Parts: sequence; C-alpha cells; structure tokens
Amino acid sequence: MTSSPPPNAVEMQDIVIRFPGVLANDQVNLTLKHGEIHALLGENGAGKSTLMSALAGLYKPVSGTIKIHGEPVSFNSPKDAIAKGIGMVHQHFMLVPTQTVTENILLGLNEPKFFVDLPKYDQKIRDLQDQFGLRVDPTAKIWQLSVGEQQRVEILKTLYRGANILIMDEPTAVLAPQEIDELMNTMRSMTEQGKSIIFISHKLHEVTTVADRLTVLRKGIATAEGISIEGLTGEKLAELMVGRKVIFSVEKKEQEPGDIVLDVRGVSAQNNKGVRALNNLSLDVREGEILGIAGVAGNGQSELAEVITGLRACEGSILMNGEDVANHEPSKAIASGVSHIPEDRTGVGSAPNMTITENTIMKNYRDEPIGNRWSINFTEARNHARGLKDAYDILAPNVTTMARKLSGGNLQKVILAREITTNPKLMVAMQPTRGLDVGAIESIQRLLLAQREEGTAILLISEELDELLTLSDRIAVLHEGEVMGILDAENAEVKEIGLMMTGMKRSDS
Amino acid sequence: MNLPYTVIFEKRTADYPKWLPAVTSLLSVIVAFIISGIVLKIIGGDPMRVLKFFFTATFGSWPVFSDTMVKATPLIMVGLACAVAFKMKLWNIGAEGQFYMGAFFSSLVVLVPMVNLETTPKFIVIALMMIMGMIGGAIWGFIPGYLKAKYQVNEIIITLMLNYVALYWNNFWIFDKWSDAGFQMTPQFEKIAWLPRLSDLAKEFKAFSGITLHLGVVFGIVAAIIIWWILERSHWGYEIKLIGDNPKAARYAGLNITKNLILVMMLSGALAGLAGMSEISGVVHRLQEKISPGYGFTGIIVAWLAKLSPFAVIIVSILFGALIVAGREIQPSGLSNLLQGIILFMVISSDVLLRYKIRLVRLEQEA
Repeated sequence: MTSSPPPNAVEMQDIVIRFPGVLANDQVNLTLKHGEIHALLGENGAGKSTLMSALAGLYKPVSGTIKIHGEPVSFNSPKDAIAKGIGMVHQHFMLVPTQTVTENILLGLNEPKFFVDLPKYDQKIRDLQDQFGLRVDPTAKIWQLSVGEQQRVEILKTLYRGANILIMDEPTAVLAPQEIDELMNTMRSMTEQGKSIIFISHKLHEVTTVADRLTVLRKGIATAEGISIEGLTGEKLAELMVGRKVIFSVEKKEQEPGDIVLDVRGVSAQNNKGVRALNNLSLDVREGEILGIAGVAGNGQSELAEVITGLRACEGSILMNGEDVANHEPSKAIASGVSHIPEDRTGVGSAPNMTITENTIMKNYRDEPIGNRWSINFTEARNHARGLKDAYDILAPNVTTMARKLSGGNLQKVILAREITTNPKLMVAMQPTRGLDVGAIESIQRLLLAQREEGTAILLISEELDELLTLSDRIAVLHEGEVMGILDAENAEVKEIGLMMTGMKRSDS
Repeated sequence: MNLPYTVIFEKRTADYPKWLPAVTSLLSVIVAFIISGIVLKIIGGDPMRVLKFFFTATFGSWPVFSDTMVKATPLIMVGLACAVAFKMKLWNIGAEGQFYMGAFFSSLVVLVPMVNLETTPKFIVIALMMIMGMIGGAIWGFIPGYLKAKYQVNEIIITLMLNYVALYWNNFWIFDKWSDAGFQMTPQFEKIAWLPRLSDLAKEFKAFSGITLHLGVVFGIVAAIIIWWILERSHWGYEIKLIGDNPKAARYAGLNITKNLILVMMLSGALAGLAGMSEISGVVHRLQEKISPGYGFTGIIVAWLAKLSPFAVIIVSILFGALIVAGREIQPSGLSNLLQGIILFMVISSDVLLRYKIRLVRLEQEA
C-alpha cells in the first residue's frame, strides 16, 4: 500500500448535457475531493440540478466522463448511482406522511423482506443518528415532524443506503436560522467521518460559512471550477453567478407612513388540520409602509395571509379602511383593494395551462376596456398582457405562452404585474422571492418598494431575514400564531428576531 | 441487428402549431381505417369492398347522408353537453339521463297537454317543447351540481346513478300511464309537435322526398356556435376554463365556484335535454323505451375526440353518426363497433405526436 492520498470522490469531466433546443451543461468539470463540502452555485436554470441529476443517474450526459473514487462509471439509472454510494437529498421531500421515520427509511430496500421487526431497525437508525448527530425520533410519523426534522429523515435515508457522496439540493431553503446552523454542524460532522458533500445553494453567506471550495455555473457553463472559498466576497460570488455586478441592497427611500389601511384585531383561525394556527393576533399596516412578518415556516404565516384575503374563515375582525372583510368571499377583499402575491405561485397564483394573457386578466377581465358587458375583448387583453410583459421584463416567447412554461421568476413577475395593475391599497406578499435567482429577487424587491412609494400598504411575509430587514419599515415576529413583538426594522437585530422566532416574547415594547 | 438509424422521441418544448391536433386526429381516423382493413383481411374479408360500402351507405347519396346527419344530430348536442362540463373538469357522465329527462319533459307539452294542440301555432308548441326539454335536462344537471357544490358529493357517481333513475322514471310513465294499447310507448304525437323535416317540402322540391333530416340539426349547429362563443369569448367561459384549470387560482381571483359549478352542470344538462327533445320531436314522434342507443355515453367519446372544441364536436358527431348508420347496414354489425374502438385508440395515442417530436436520427459511426 502506498500512502498516496485517497482518490477524488467524484470527478466529472467535460460533461455535456443537451435537452431539445437547450445546452444545459457545456463541458462542465467538477471535482469533489474526499471529505470536502463543495458548493455548487448558480441562478435558476443555470444547470446545477441537471449536472447533479447526471451524477445521480437520472440523465445520461451526451459526452464527458464521470469517475467515482477514481473509477470510471456509466449510470443507466439512479439505482446504479446509489450502488456507487451516491445519495441525493432532494429539495422536495419524498416521504410518506402517514408512516414512521423508520418505515420511510426502509421503504424500497430489499431488506427487510416481508415481516418487519421495527424496534430492531429503530435501534439501527438511532445508532446512525448518534454517529452523525441527526436527532429525530425513529418511531414518529412523518406528518408529526417539522420541516427540518423531515429533512433529517431524508439525509438518514441516504446514509442508511450507504451513501458516502451526498448531493444536497438547496437544503436550507426550507429551514429556520437555528435549523440551518444545526444542518451545517451535521454537514461538518459527516465530512469529518469521511463523507463528501455537494451543496447546492442560492445563498451566498451559507456557502461562505460551510463550504471548502465551490463551482459556479452560469447558463450551463462553469464560470468558476473548484475555486477555494478563502478570500471570496459576496459581491465576487454574485458576479460569477449573474455575470454582472449586483447592487446588493436595494435602496429604500425614507418616507412617513400614512393612515392605517389594514387593521387586524384579535384574529384567531384554524389551519387545514383543524389546529389553531392564529391566536388572538392583532397588527396594523399603514399607507406606504411595509410591515414584515418574520417567523419559522408554519407558525401561522399562510393562515394570516389567507384570512386577510378572504380565503380562510376566522374569528375576530379584519378592517380594510374601516370595513370588515373577515369571513367574506375573496371577491370582497379584492373589491376593497387587497391584492395578494400567494405563497404557491403555480398552485394558487396562476393557471398553468392558460396563457400569459389569460393569467394577467384574472382580476380585471370584467373591467373596461378588456371586459365588455358579457364578453372579453381578447385583442385588448393581449395588448394589456404585452404592455405588462414589456414593463415588467417578463421573458417569454409571446403572450400566448402557457404559464407552466415560464420559469419561477418570470411567473412571479406575471403575478406581481397582475396584482399591481389592480391599484391595490394593500398588498399581501407571501414569500415573493422564494426560490428565485439573484437577478429576479432584486427586480421583485424593487417592484415592492416602488409600490410602497406609491402609498400601498404592504404586508410582506418572508422567511428571509435579510429581505425583511432590507425592505420592511417594521417587523412583526410570529410564533405559534401569536405576535411575539413588533420591531423597528432599522434597529432590529437578527439575534433578537431569531430568539423571538423561537417563542421568546419581547420584554420591552 | 444494428440499424444505422434510430428513432428519437423529443419532448416538445415549444407550443405545437394550432393546426396540428386537427391533422393528427384526421391521421388517426385514416390509420384506424387501415388497421380495420388489415383485421378484415386476416379474417378473410375484402377490406376494399367493405370500405366502399361503408362510404356508400353513409355518405354515398343524399338520403343516406341525411340518415347519417339524423344520427349525428343528438350526438352534437350531447357532445357539446359533455364538452362544456369537461372544460370545467366536471365529469358529467349523466348526459344519457339528462337526455331522457329532456325527452320526458318536452313530451309533457303534448301528453298533458300543456297547450291546446288544435289552436296553438306550431312554432309555439315546438318552442315550448324545446324549453321544457332544456328544463328537464337542467334539473337533472342541477341535482348533481348542487350536491357537489354543497356537500362535495362526487358528481360521477350521482350522474351515473341518475341515468337509471331517468330511464325508469320514463318507463313508469310509458308502461303505466300513457301506454299505447299496452305497448311500451305513448301514442304518436300530433303532427303539430313534429319538428319540420326536409321531406315536408317534397311537394315543392322533388329532391327532398324521403329525406328525413329535421330541424334538430340546426339546433345542434346553433348550439355549437353559442357554446363556442361562451367558451372562447364570454366572461363566463373564461371563468369556466379558469376553474377547470386551477380551482384554487379561481377562488383566489374571487370567482364564485359554487355558483359556476351548478350553472355549468345545468347548462350541460340543458344541452343533453335538448337532444332528447330533438330526438322525440324530430325522429320517433312519441315517448318510448330505448329512444337512445346510448347517445349520452357516445357523447363522452365525441367530446374527448373533439378535444372539447365545439366545432370539432360537429365533425366528430358526423363521423360517429356514420358509424351508427354503417353498423345498421354492414353485417356483421360488430364491424362498426370495431372501427369505433380502433378510432378511439388511435386518437388517444395520437396525443404522443402532440407531446413529442419524433425524429429519425442517423447513428454516429463509432470511432
């Protein structure tokens, strides 16, 4: 035996992947050293997921070679990749909600065969947890777990299958700050024990915190291949990702807020499972003011947005310019000037199989000049859509393109354009920039600030603290359906918000 | 065996041209005929003769083409009924029952009678029968619509069950109350309740003698135009499509889903009811058992094959009308069913052409 260092865990060389009409990866190289955390950055559609899918055996590259631990491989299916110790933790969890953690981990394996001695496997999984510091009760059912815990189950699943190369696809997107810290500790402990990790992310500061080296993709081409993380600034990274300097903080103008537009008083509501999600909650938003709502996902944010927009029943009162809109149909809220950027762009905010035109007229198809008494003037509607497409820089072949063919950022612009053209008095924006790339985030944020300058009251619900701190005038922190406190965004400290998010009430106020 | 070429299915990334669905549907019908021909050949028949006979028996002369159109008429209206409901993803498979209720309600005009049949002008009698037919169908659409809107009851089950209720409701009246000398039918309606036919004009135009085509076909075509306008141009049609594509987005946009759901089921039922009226007033001229050989169910297939487009419903209905006529003429009559089945298969599989581009690619020489 020589004492030469272990071969690289993964070597991908000159990888070319082509989809119809698109060159998704053009001669990309990626080397994952043994025991390192390698960050993979890039905007949406830059080709990160495609490259990783090739490594996980989902796609076959047109050309290029993949070596695992120095040995050339050719994967025909994900099974081949798993056999070589590659595990992928997907962004969207693939778990059965009604089964236990252990059952989910065992699912699809050859062993055990028919009768399952669950306690025995529970213990096996506990041992695995101890090894890597991934705490989650093996006998708990998935639906009882928080998002962070579910993610741990996904990681345990790959580890149980013997993965020593882990691909983590935007694992932090769904986590609260404390959970992110825990995840990063886990990642470090895994690499200490000989695992190698590819970490896909949009968030620059996370990459600089946890990764050893990084590769940046832009439009299918690697703009940085395995460069060291040392000495890299956020600005430099952003430049590698988007190819131009990004102005990092959008500028917020000083302005005095006006009268109260939205007044929420003592509102309580249940979530879909019939559990109380909002508990005697009160807050108000003024003209030309952005009230940010911070909180870990699932603490009543969705329900808050829904009761205001008329999508959910509640107790208490919700006054829009003095008029109660609680417990009415959404049409009442819309008529009183509430616009809504929903959390789920594809599931709620748009109709996927309808055109851009049809999606932009969703709220004004009855109004002149688009709507006549009974009919819709589609020539006017198309002109309207074309106008929005140009004004909001929506990238699409034309306005008859189906909504489902748009990228996340462009779809969000369609929704935002539609909601802004209703001249809202109040805009409820839920996670407006989630999952978007740096360029799109910036333009969405600018649009929100422009609305603020127009005098619109904005309720901004976000899990991105940076975003809340940049855009909001005040920040309310939500925990288990209650407001823990409302802070001035200017003097707010991340640490304090973090504590309030975990349920610590603000002492002074 | 190593071929120098390989076939590649490429997922379409761009939208396909507007004319493509029409072309693929036409191609599928042609391919279906070819396949049926091959099957015929295998069992020892003469495909060319059968094919020729099929066309002469259905499109070969004015009288037979008129027969084809008479069969197509109820299919057009029932096909539209299904298309409207399916646009909103309401699975109304109760067009058959709505058809029977339409027939029953319009018969009331004559059988009760609701107007004095001696003195009332013909067009009023006919108009009243149309309205009654549509009301009958609409009631049969309202019931499942209301139950779904209020209590989330599955419309498939209710509409399916109501088919039988309608059938036996009809039977009760024709067996027991209005039976014509013990037969399972009512006495023939007075002529005033008959839809005008082309053969009525035989005195003036020799060519029309024996042509049974009746005014119902005009109802069908006008209905198609109206439904097209509703779906493609009106507020309501936009709402129907929005609710059909994404009910959550529709609710978010402030639409009243409950109201629309009930109204669309009623419109769907009314169209099927009108088909029932047209059939008894234009063809059988009495209420009887088995006025429909399953038009309500064929309508589902018609709507799908037409890809829910109102004008395509007319064309598909004519094709299916021809198949029904041919089924009567060709022995064994199963041939027509065979052809229907193969067409359905072909049209459904032709969707592949819409979703994928198929390319023949020369394999690169291995170095």
